[in-house]
Amino acid sequence: MTATLGAKPAPGRGRARSRHRLAVLGFMAPAIIGFVLFFGYPLVTTVVLSFTKYDLINPPEFNGLDNYTFMFKDPLLIKAITNTLWFVVVLTIARTVFALGVASVIARLKSGVGLIRTLCYLPSLAPPVAATLVFFMVMRPNGGPLDSVLGWFGVDAPLFFSDPAWAKPGITAIMLWISGDLMIIILAAILDVPQEQYEAAELDGAGPIRRWWHVTLPTISPVLLFGIVNSVILALQLFTQAVVAGSAGSGAADATGSTKYLGFPDNSTLTFPVYLYTQGFRYFDMGYAAAMATVLFIISFAVTIVLVQRMRKNSTAEEGGPGA
Amino acid sequence: MTATLTKPPVDVPAEPEQPRRKRDVAGILNWVATHAIGLALGLMFATPVVFVFLTAVMSDDQAFTSNLWPREWHWGNFVEVFDKAPLFQYLINSLTYSLLATLGMLISSIPAAYALAKLKWRGRNVAFLLVIGAMMLPPQVVAVPLYDTWSSLGLTGTLVPLIAPYFLFDAFSIFLLRQFMLTIPQSYVDAARVDGCSEFQALVRIIIPMAKPGIAATALFCFLFTWNDYFGPLLYTGEVKDQWTLSLALATFKGMHIVQWNSSMAVTFLTMIPAVVLFVFAQKSFVKGITFTGVKG
Repeated sequence: MTATLGAKPAPGRGRARSRHRLAVLGFMAPAIIGFVLFFGYPLVTTVVLSFTKYDLINPPEFNGLDNYTFMFKDPLLIKAITNTLWFVVVLTIARTVFALGVASVIARLKSGVGLIRTLCYLPSLAPPVAATLVFFMVMRPNGGPLDSVLGWFGVDAPLFFSDPAWAKPGITAIMLWISGDLMIIILAAILDVPQEQYEAAELDGAGPIRRWWHVTLPTISPVLLFGIVNSVILALQLFTQAVVAGSAGSGAADATGSTKYLGFPDNSTLTFPVYLYTQGFRYFDMGYAAAMATVLFIISFAVTIVLVQRMRKNSTAEEGGPGA
Repeated sequence: MTATLTKPPVDVPAEPEQPRRKRDVAGILNWVATHAIGLALGLMFATPVVFVFLTAVMSDDQAFTSNLWPREWHWGNFVEVFDKAPLFQYLINSLTYSLLATLGMLISSIPAAYALAKLKWRGRNVAFLLVIGAMMLPPQVVAVPLYDTWSSLGLTGTLVPLIAPYFLFDAFSIFLLRQFMLTIPQSYVDAARVDGCSEFQALVRIIIPMAKPGIAATALFCFLFTWNDYFGPLLYTGEVKDQWTLSLALATFKGMHIVQWNSSMAVTFLTMIPAVVLFVFAQKSFVKGITFTGVKG
């Protein structure tokens, strides 16, 4: 860039530089305004509101740390945090391992790759509401397709979305069904592993499993880290599937999610974002919701830093090349 | 090999063939096993939708039962659901949201991605980090003040709060477009500048034509994200029924028609069709775009 500017005739140099600055400003202006309006301003306001009592109608009233101290005494919040932590651990592990497994199988296929890849990927494009209802129907007890099929083997299907012990595994199953995007990312990484590395390992007498373990896995580990971070973020944000499964499971869904049904059964699907939504937009306890949002922001921020650091490592490795 | 000279010629082909045949058998078994697992996986992913489809065409009575196969094919179910709920209205709302948001995203994100990928300026790295931060932020974090603002403008209950932000800033699209534009060699941009192109001309004449596949993928993701969005429409239009999008209405449809599995599955099936159609026509863009979010990330 500086080289191009330098190549221009000396008198035009200052003008070129200010033209360049104007161009950058022009290109970035909408994004800067948008960022300030939809992220900067609301983030600051959220933190400010978290120290107030606010119901959207009366002006906010400063109440110090009340919202934060109340968190420790709120059994439902503790339930919501436990549920979200459950998803962070189980969903992250299950989704990464599952996507890796499916991608590894697809990578070994020699014919029918396109068809099977498409079949595995397509569900991830379905609207989350639809995907949840699909599983709700397929997994319904007493006559659902899964129940019928398991019946052939003399097994009863668990009460997936009406038994508190099975609601979260049920949602995890939905999330695995729609994990096709991560599969495609891992598959691309596996196919990118240089063939020579496999050949070298084969010469050393490594079988397919050892080659997978010693060559494939270490080579694609940056992508697996991306998968883990991506899954953690997904788990932290889990909202739609929990709301729809909860309200459909309770048997009386309502788009605005009548409060008493969110978290059904027995608050087992009450995730942190669902509880935040309930407090803020059902009970209009905006101050408390803002305090929860602040906590969620701090956690997501920490996760993002992990991702950014990984990307930094990648880009410094790449930027050595021409054009950087 | 020297041993064969003393042996009768009949044995000659037998010698090397034995291990090869063994390897062939193992290879075929391996091939069959891998493809059987692959096929089983493919079926596993497809089966839920097959069940949804089969339930959708059952009669009202049969949809109650544990039958897996419809006794009669009630294709009319797909039409009747339009009488049971104003699906056309929801469809128009969904299309309004998705198409306008995608259009807005293209107008605002392409120049920003270009500035982040191809122009050098102080603060560029910080700006890119802010884009990533915005991309990772759960939408619930900023929901309270945003709802407050839109409501004081009297715009809650409309699609405006959902669409307007896309005309200014969409973090994921800027991120994805930037990743695509990075793969365009800098020399093309430099050559355009030497030829006297302004930055704007370089963007329109050089970068946009070269980044077409990336722009297509980004537009597809933006369309599908908004089409599938549930939290946004729930937050802003939950109380105003005639502004509902299909995704939001679908969640309710299940509640209102809880006993009619065939109707609710017919609607579920219908809402999944656009994604499949888009995928069929733009499979390459999807796969390329998805790969870019991860590998080059």
